[in-house]
Amino acid sequence: MATAPPPLAASSERDLRLDLFRGLALWLIFLDHIPQNIVSWLTIRNYGFSDATEIFIFISGYTGAFVYGRTMRERGFVLSSARILRRAWQIYVAHIFLFTIFMAEIAYVAATFDNPLYAEEMKILDFLKQPDITIFQALLLKFKPVNMDVLPLYIILLLLFPPMLYVLLWRPNLALAGSALLYALVWKLDFNLPAYPNGVWFFNPFAWQLLFVFGAWCALGGAQRLGEVLRSRIVLAVAIAYLVFAFAVTLTWHFESLERFVPTWLADWMYPIDKTNLDVLRFAHFLALAAVAIYFVPSNWPGLKSPILQPAISCGQHSLEIFCLGVFLAFAGQFIIVESSGGPLLQAAISLLGILIMIATAKLISWYKAIEGRGAPARVKPRDADLAGGEA
Amino acid sequence: MTFIFPLAMAIALINGAAAAEPAPATPDCDVSESLIASEIDLTRVTNEIKDRHRLDISVVGSGSSALPGPDGTRFAYPARLEAVLRDRLPGNEIKVTAHVQLRQTTAEMAAEMPAILAQDKPALVIWQAGTVDALRGIEPEEFRTSLETGIDAIGAANADAIMMNMQYSPRTESMLGVEAYADVMHWLAQQRSVVLFDRLAIMRSWTDSGTFDLYAATKDYAMARRVHECIGRALASQIINAAHLDAGNMQTTR
Repeated sequence: MATAPPPLAASSERDLRLDLFRGLALWLIFLDHIPQNIVSWLTIRNYGFSDATEIFIFISGYTGAFVYGRTMRERGFVLSSARILRRAWQIYVAHIFLFTIFMAEIAYVAATFDNPLYAEEMKILDFLKQPDITIFQALLLKFKPVNMDVLPLYIILLLLFPPMLYVLLWRPNLALAGSALLYALVWKLDFNLPAYPNGVWFFNPFAWQLLFVFGAWCALGGAQRLGEVLRSRIVLAVAIAYLVFAFAVTLTWHFESLERFVPTWLADWMYPIDKTNLDVLRFAHFLALAAVAIYFVPSNWPGLKSPILQPAISCGQHSLEIFCLGVFLAFAGQFIIVESSGGPLLQAAISLLGILIMIATAKLISWYKAIEGRGAPARVKPRDADLAGGEA
Repeated sequence: MTFIFPLAMAIALINGAAAAEPAPATPDCDVSESLIASEIDLTRVTNEIKDRHRLDISVVGSGSSALPGPDGTRFAYPARLEAVLRDRLPGNEIKVTAHVQLRQTTAEMAAEMPAILAQDKPALVIWQAGTVDALRGIEPEEFRTSLETGIDAIGAANADAIMMNMQYSPRTESMLGVEAYADVMHWLAQQRSVVLFDRLAIMRSWTDSGTFDLYAATKDYAMARRVHECIGRALASQIINAAHLDAGNMQTTR
């Protein structure tokens, strides 16, 4: 360990804003994962470049450093690494569980779907003919069905996290610079992990690590160092101006008649806005959103204690469980919509019901953790740090 | 989109009994003007009709440009497009040649493109792409490069081009991610000033207006044929719009 570890984040008390925004991000991810969902018009990806994934990965990096950073300082590299890797394993198991549900859905569709109009699209079901290869590739995280790309990204980020965290605790700015360098190299040399049957990972971990490491850097004192900057009105004005610009550009995607207002030179420079490699426009959009959010929602904001926001906060506190549940609910919701040729009303009802189920489940998990904690009052404190972080 | 529904209903009522037999002539699938409007002109098509009174079109595509079954070709949109254009552009020789190969990626089609152009000498190429690339998980960047190669070839042969994107397929939507590929085509169409036939948005609008139940899982050949008929019609309208052939008596939409 470093001889003079830098101070941890301001207070050891958890920042409820993290849970709030992560909870909201989980809801948005759920809504976005139901195709053609009328309610997904509400989600941020329709109003700017970045979407809920950025929020989720950043906050996961932040809470990861918050929780495991303390462990690494207090109990050493080996023990904290062991816990990080255990967490990665849990996420891997969760991912494979979701994959099983996906396979069940596909198998059902394959057995019932026979519309000659879609003879070509039905070829997507062909991988059921070679389950040996498909399942093996899924276990290797190379075969990832649509919308199941976030957890594999998270797994890789956690696998790389122990050495990353070590450097972050030792020389935070050096770690952040290294992360930015890796990001720049991705854009220069264009490398990514391979996927099955073709192509590469939808979320390039070597690019997206920048958000994760940046989150961790903020948790380990970076946020305080940025404090001055974030309180400045100039930064706020720049952030708002950029958000407005992004909003205007996004509008032209939805209303084709507006497209001609985007000058050609701008379009040539700007497009395509690459999600796979975390386009710098997306990253900047996330930073702008975060700057505005931090400015208007300070950590002592009384609203954080209000009962209205408790459901989102409680979902954010159990992020892995609620994320997986969200993916499952999106599958199930889509299934119901398709089977009943559902319209906007059904989509709205399913969206609302899905979020209610997520909230109820989060409350249930809290209750379980509370009754388990009661049995061992002496150990409540160290555990709490874990649970509050949702372990990362 | 909501206004399409009453409109479609009204037209359906007017045409009422007419709808029946083989070449399904149910024109109850009107498409909102904005979906088939084009700011890009098909100048070669305009000149061909004006100077030579003929129009040779090549359709290059994969499985979703065809219908399965022995009668498939006759009812698929390329053949329907030919019929509708003959109808709407009387006195002109119209020929649509379909080069449809199942499971063909865009890269493969781009490689074939020069040979097709040399063989057909078309004034217009309709290039349907994207679905197979999504199925195979081809990188969107590679997909874009292939499209550009093909568009360059078409331009070099002095032909006009229309790109056609994927079908809207609600049942496979959660398994087959086509959005990234649709975005590439949309963006490329703008950047290279190529007309895009937005089949995805058009078919979605049919679902929204209740024109077709695209969720249907059953082996319904009649509906598949009606959808292709309507795609052929919408495509013909877009060609006529973009080539400004709607002057005078050509305007009559039957």
